[in-house]
Amino acid sequence: MSGAASASATRRAWARDPLLWALAALLLLIFGMAQLKPLFAALFPALERPVYAQDSFFGLTLSHLKIVGLSSGFAVLVGVAAGIFATRASGREFRPLIETVVAAGQTFPPVAVLAVAVPVVGFGEAPALIALALYGLLPVLQSTLAGIASVPPAANEAAEGLGLSPWQRLLQVELPLAAPVILAGVRTSVIINIGTAAIASTVGAKTLGLPIIVGLSGFNTAYVLQGAVLVGLLAVVTDLAFERMAQRLGRWQAAA
Amino acid sequence: MAWVKNRVLAVLVLAGLAAALGLSFLTQAPNRLAAGSGISLVQLVSDTGGQPIDAWLALLPALLLVGAIFMHPARSTQILVCLAATLLLTGLAGMAASHATRLAGQSGAIARTSLGGGFWLLAAFSWLAATDAMQRLAQKPIWRLLGVGVVIVPLGLLLGGGAFKDLSLLKEYANRQDVFNAALWQHVQIVLASLLPALLIGVPLGLASSRSRALRPPLFAVLNVIQTVPSIALFALLMAPLALLAASVPVLAQLGIKGIGLAPAVIALTLYALLPLARSTAAGLSQVPQPVIEAAQGMGLTARQVFWRVELPLALPVFLAGLRVATVQTIGMAVVAALIGAGGFGAIVFQGLLSGALDLVLLGVLPVVAMAVAVDALLKALALALEPNVND
Amino acid sequence: MIELQHVSKAFNGLTVIDDLILHIARGEFTVILGSSGSGKSTLLKMMNRLLEHDSGRILFAGDEIRSCRPEALRRRMGYAIQSVGLFPHWSVEKNIATVPTLLKWPSDRIHDRVTELMTLLQLDAKLYRKRYPHQLSGGQQQRVGVARALAGKPEVLLMDEPFGALDPVTRAALQLEIARIHKALGTTIVLVTHDIDEALSLATRIVLLDQGRIVQSGTPLQMLSAPANDFVTDFFGRGDVGIKLLGLQSVATRLRAGERAAGEPVLASSSLHDALSIFLSRRVDRLPVVDGDGHALGAIDFADLLDLRP
Repeated sequence: MSGAASASATRRAWARDPLLWALAALLLLIFGMAQLKPLFAALFPALERPVYAQDSFFGLTLSHLKIVGLSSGFAVLVGVAAGIFATRASGREFRPLIETVVAAGQTFPPVAVLAVAVPVVGFGEAPALIALALYGLLPVLQSTLAGIASVPPAANEAAEGLGLSPWQRLLQVELPLAAPVILAGVRTSVIINIGTAAIASTVGAKTLGLPIIVGLSGFNTAYVLQGAVLVGLLAVVTDLAFERMAQRLGRWQAAA
Repeated sequence: MAWVKNRVLAVLVLAGLAAALGLSFLTQAPNRLAAGSGISLVQLVSDTGGQPIDAWLALLPALLLVGAIFMHPARSTQILVCLAATLLLTGLAGMAASHATRLAGQSGAIARTSLGGGFWLLAAFSWLAATDAMQRLAQKPIWRLLGVGVVIVPLGLLLGGGAFKDLSLLKEYANRQDVFNAALWQHVQIVLASLLPALLIGVPLGLASSRSRALRPPLFAVLNVIQTVPSIALFALLMAPLALLAASVPVLAQLGIKGIGLAPAVIALTLYALLPLARSTAAGLSQVPQPVIEAAQGMGLTARQVFWRVELPLALPVFLAGLRVATVQTIGMAVVAALIGAGGFGAIVFQGLLSGALDLVLLGVLPVVAMAVAVDALLKALALALEPNVND
Repeated sequence: MIELQHVSKAFNGLTVIDDLILHIARGEFTVILGSSGSGKSTLLKMMNRLLEHDSGRILFAGDEIRSCRPEALRRRMGYAIQSVGLFPHWSVEKNIATVPTLLKWPSDRIHDRVTELMTLLQLDAKLYRKRYPHQLSGGQQQRVGVARALAGKPEVLLMDEPFGALDPVTRAALQLEIARIHKALGTTIVLVTHDIDEALSLATRIVLLDQGRIVQSGTPLQMLSAPANDFVTDFFGRGDVGIKLLGLQSVATRLRAGERAAGEPVLASSSLHDALSIFLSRRVDRLPVVDGDGHALGAIDFADLLDLRP
């Protein structure tokens, strides 16, 4: 293909990229919601204030991302470390216990963890951070265990036999091969956390769920809609981004 | 540390010790509104008010567990650990219950004894110790499931016998029994009303996608997007269209389909349940080995007979796993539905959150967890019971 | 090169290797032969400390193998296994470069070494360098596996049933390959197999194991013509011994130089077993013999197979 033709083909690929569209929509709505006032006023003529203005959507988004980011960061660090430990010879004894805790934990709805954290640490961001960190740990742990178990035993044996040290084996062979599965667990964990963080607005955390909660208690369906669309888009954009990451990470895999 | 034979138990015992010493075991307050003062386990044990049997019931098994750390991991040791942990769990609960009863006797019925963080953690660690011992004993998963239940049975008996009636949690229950029952009924209603349509739509969709390669990508792309959208957002997004729909078609409003309440909740939960059900149906059918199907066809079975007698039974275990996921997910998500007025245990949870009453929160959370655990265990047992038959 | 002195190992109370004494000399192609459960894989894995021996000493190039870190020991040995174990997330080039990278070779030396080995294993370097393992056939994967084992210029090559998972045609091709590499590079090779024909055709020395003990060790000819006991005779197949012996010697050893015969000639380098096959299929009792370039060398009689000449 000639230079010009391949350049326009690349541009066309970009134009069809769902991640870019979703991200564009999200950013437009975050910064431009106020511009849509006439639309909301038309849809809900009975409302005095059709656009949520008590906090800036940008500020709420940042706060939401901060809560999810901090808790997911913790969950990934601890979850992967615990998963690695449980798959080493020294940690094998603990594996059934860890699997029990993970299985038991996942029958709890995330809301329950949030609800129980409040009387312990009070209202605000703290219960959200704790609940999301603890609950987000479980899918990451589970997928780390599954990912490391999925590494072909032959690759492990060859790595050991060729002279890689246990650390080198972990970092150069096991983790890269387990990465796609681990990433899937992280993806699940983050998406769940985005939802739970929205619900955390009921306990005083400032997130994109706040317009929804305020709208529900004030019978302002416009607020509810605005909050819901933003939360939904945030989740979809994050999911698409993880999908893109998964494709990059799994390049060496045979086409399914 | 070669003399430590059971490192898992050692960790659990150390953690339990930290919880016992560092957190309050119970909190007691003169009435429901006053702030409680914590009572540590040490205080409780040393001040049993003339009923040392409680303390011994809890201390003796605890000592046995500590000793078991250094014992050789024989089958008898594991049985000992299991029994000791069960006794410990029951004993701790018993201590809490009798302290509550004593306090009620001294200060009257409005005094409140609540279970503190120390109790919950110690109970959890004892349960984990028992489960770990069970897993070392029993190889077959079915025994492990049953074994876990055995640990819970003594507690269940105590609960049924009314031993816990003076604990604040059960007092809360007693005070709000009608609200609790209404919430139970609503919650079950929501779950069933969502699962049934999801089964009716999701299973055929999964079936269709397993037969047609072209259907798979678009179907699962849509279902994945739905699954990604957080529950509160989906509930909220359905409100406006449903409200508009109810406004323009009055007969729907009369049927109870409005912007808030059951309608958006059930629709959203049905949509969420579609993915696990459709995916597990499709996955279950596609993992039936082709040679088995061909053999059946070769024997002269019609397509319908092949489906009902060969494919369905072989796909059942995978499908049941998906059903399990869908049900547990729905039970949990139904809690959030309370925010849009659908009722259920979520209403109790959020009420408790807003009034700062942990007991109310627990009154809402514990039944949900219990339901989820029960359904999870039931479906796991069902899947296990089916598997030996399938492999014949 | 490798010495095992009174080495024993037990698993769960069951003795797997029993007071073994073995010496593997430099440059030899040693095949450890035995049926399943004879301990042959265990024996190999004790040499590079993938398994630790319970008692006795194992020396590598004069040093106790426990005197250094296991990784350092293994980097001086090549290791190839039946399931190959290529790293799926690395290209062919990166797989082969595993040990040189560990040994911190400069990158251009690694690059050249990869090209050299791919050529040695008859893999088109340009075509396959950047390919990933899932894009290769089973035979190609094992070629890469062998190349990877040889990459660090190891002092000894350990192979655990490397060709067992391949189809017969590929297996034969790779057996020829490894024999060629042994002749060309002179690397000490220790290969574990249960395949008698593989052992007979590749080995300069066979070590026959049974229940963790060496029953007999010697050249293929010795194992066939002078078995130590009934076990050895039975193992190599009582009925087949004669035929197998023919496979070990070439036509050149029974050549009648200068004599003539009619018909299509047979190569002097081919085995007496192949010659027998030609005699029978053509129903003649005399064949002309030529060398690799086609020059007539002489003839061979059917009776020469029995070596009855005075």
